[in-house]
Amino acid sequence: MNHPNTPSPSSPNPNSNINTQKTQNSYWNKNLKIMSLLLFCWFFFSLGCGVLWVDFLNQWTIPGTGFKLGFWFAQQGSIIAFVVIVFIYALLMNRADKAENHSNLNA
Amino acid sequence: MSILNWTYLFVGLSFSLYLFIAWRVRVKDTRGFYVAGRDVPAYANGMATAADWMSAASFISMAGLISTMGYAGSVYLMGWTGGFVLLALCLAPYLRKMGHYTVPEFIGDRYESNTARVIAIICAVFISFTYVAGQMRGVGVVFSRFLNVDISTGVFIGMFIVFIYATLGGMKGITWTQVAQYWVLITAFLVPTIAISIQLTGHIVPSMGMGATLIEPSVVGQTNFLLNALDGTLTDFGWHAYTEAFEGKWSKFNVFATALTLMVGTAGLPHVIVRFYTVKNVQAARWSAFWALLFISILYLSAPSLASFSRYYMIHTLNGSSSESLPSWFHSWEKTGLILWLDDGDGIVRYSGDQTNEIFRSGKMGAKELESIKDQHQTWLTSGTQSGIDGRQLLLNKQLSGPDRDIIMLAAPEMASLSNWIIAFVAAGGLAAALSTASGLLLVISSSIANDLYYRTLNPKASQKNQLLVGRATIAIAVVIAGYFGLNPPGFVGQVVAFAFGLASASFFPAILLGIFNQRVGTIPAICGMLSGISLTAYYIIHCVFLNGERWTLGVIENGITPEAFGMIGMLVNFTLVILLTPFFSPPSDRIKAKIQAVRSPEA
Repeated sequence: MNHPNTPSPSSPNPNSNINTQKTQNSYWNKNLKIMSLLLFCWFFFSLGCGVLWVDFLNQWTIPGTGFKLGFWFAQQGSIIAFVVIVFIYALLMNRADKAENHSNLNA
Repeated sequence: MSILNWTYLFVGLSFSLYLFIAWRVRVKDTRGFYVAGRDVPAYANGMATAADWMSAASFISMAGLISTMGYAGSVYLMGWTGGFVLLALCLAPYLRKMGHYTVPEFIGDRYESNTARVIAIICAVFISFTYVAGQMRGVGVVFSRFLNVDISTGVFIGMFIVFIYATLGGMKGITWTQVAQYWVLITAFLVPTIAISIQLTGHIVPSMGMGATLIEPSVVGQTNFLLNALDGTLTDFGWHAYTEAFEGKWSKFNVFATALTLMVGTAGLPHVIVRFYTVKNVQAARWSAFWALLFISILYLSAPSLASFSRYYMIHTLNGSSSESLPSWFHSWEKTGLILWLDDGDGIVRYSGDQTNEIFRSGKMGAKELESIKDQHQTWLTSGTQSGIDGRQLLLNKQLSGPDRDIIMLAAPEMASLSNWIIAFVAAGGLAAALSTASGLLLVISSSIANDLYYRTLNPKASQKNQLLVGRATIAIAVVIAGYFGLNPPGFVGQVVAFAFGLASASFFPAILLGIFNQRVGTIPAICGMLSGISLTAYYIIHCVFLNGERWTLGVIENGITPEAFGMIGMLVNFTLVILLTPFFSPPSDRIKAKIQAVRSPEA
């Protein structure tokens, strides 16, 4: 539902330079790729493991603990996953920003 | 020193600290007042966001809520943290790059319409008032329980403190006091939780303790994992097992939809979004989302542990006690009506999930009504059930079985037999949680009215000085209104929170998301989407909560959709309508398209 609108040829472009336009697109596409992958993980670990498949996962217990697996995902695992997801996003995107600015300078 | 003196000391010290910080960072321009001058470091913004986000309800009530709900309590845990993933990935960086002061400002500019702006202002103000009334009440409750003052006196003190530091320092003052408040509230939450964890399981980390074995197993020969023992005890006493999923009204659909509504609502709440406007650049916005979630997760990973520890502890201490052997925390909280014992005549306490339960709470009942129920019950006991009325049946019918959920956090230090000063520190923590959230919300109300309504819509020529004056005056008025609701809470504060999240998820989230990720969406579809989302959600919540209407099943959902879960439907309607209408209406102007393009490229 939130698909990117890659700029159509008719839409005005703030940067008339074609090279900049290209790198900008590749940057945005990279952003979307990282985003959708991480949003998938977000859904998988919380609403997936914690809600949709909780009964199924509850047949196992985390070894050495009293946690049923599905219950653990619902009350702890999902939150840990969220923190990791946001960390990875900040790391990858800020790196992408840096690389992009670097290549623009060199161009 | 007594608990009372310690409480005065801690509350006094923490309040002076907040006022001192506000004085040090007082501001003179609108940039400082609305977005703290845009120079807040990422980690500090993370702490401020965490304190802003964790309200009196998170601090005082959430553990108790999970404690009674068991698995279903996960909706709050997942919902109120998972929203930050959506915020960090889909909203915060882009909003920061757009460089506005507020959310209505973004919506008004992106959709080039003052109508859209005004709809957003109304939503932002409504959501914030709903929320802030609860915070003011929370301040009053903490004061009255710990300092033996009137709830109203407590609300007045809270109003006064927030008023001073919010008008003086604006966003800048609020930010740095929130940083201090974060440390007060997280320490106050962790110390008793860790103490109970050590007492029951020997683990220093509460989240590990929750999965560990009990030091003193309840039944010899059984596996003595805490969670197993808890499941067993609960089913023995007539409740559903703690870890059992989907029971009663919490069907799979409702758990899923409520968790999703809370997540999306969290991402759409204006007082959280606005915090990301205060950092230097996009990179800092991304890191501060991470810091915020990390700081929040410390409380959210410990809360479910505290919930399970205290449920277990409470059932095992109360059951089988006699009036002599009841623990001291029972007596100290009995005075407040958070917990009551109506015996069936055998002199032994029984706390269970069935008809034989003897533990209740007074809820919103007046002192007189409670006294008469106790008298009737006493008559019923002494006359050998011949005259008088069985108070247990009365309270059961009033749905007041079991202790008040707030007792789980408030009595935690006493349950863990910690010293007086820690009990007092919990009071300071509760106040920090309530005040930090209240101040963030008041600023949203002020900026929505002073910046968006006054400056951007009514009087675009207003000078800086004028805008600041209007901003400060709006905070003052908002404090008074919030205080009024704190003193005279509408009887349905709890349900109204469903409103705040439902509206945020049905209005702001789709509007902002589509505004960034779809360049084609123009004015009219966006307005139609927001209006339909809001009105449908509002209609359903009013229909269910206030008019006691029947819940919709849509032909497939068992037990119907709960009002808390309906925000998801509102959001889907909003999205669908906008996407269906978009091809028939004109796209945004070239200027806006260029702006969206700029947001999609890396920041130099």
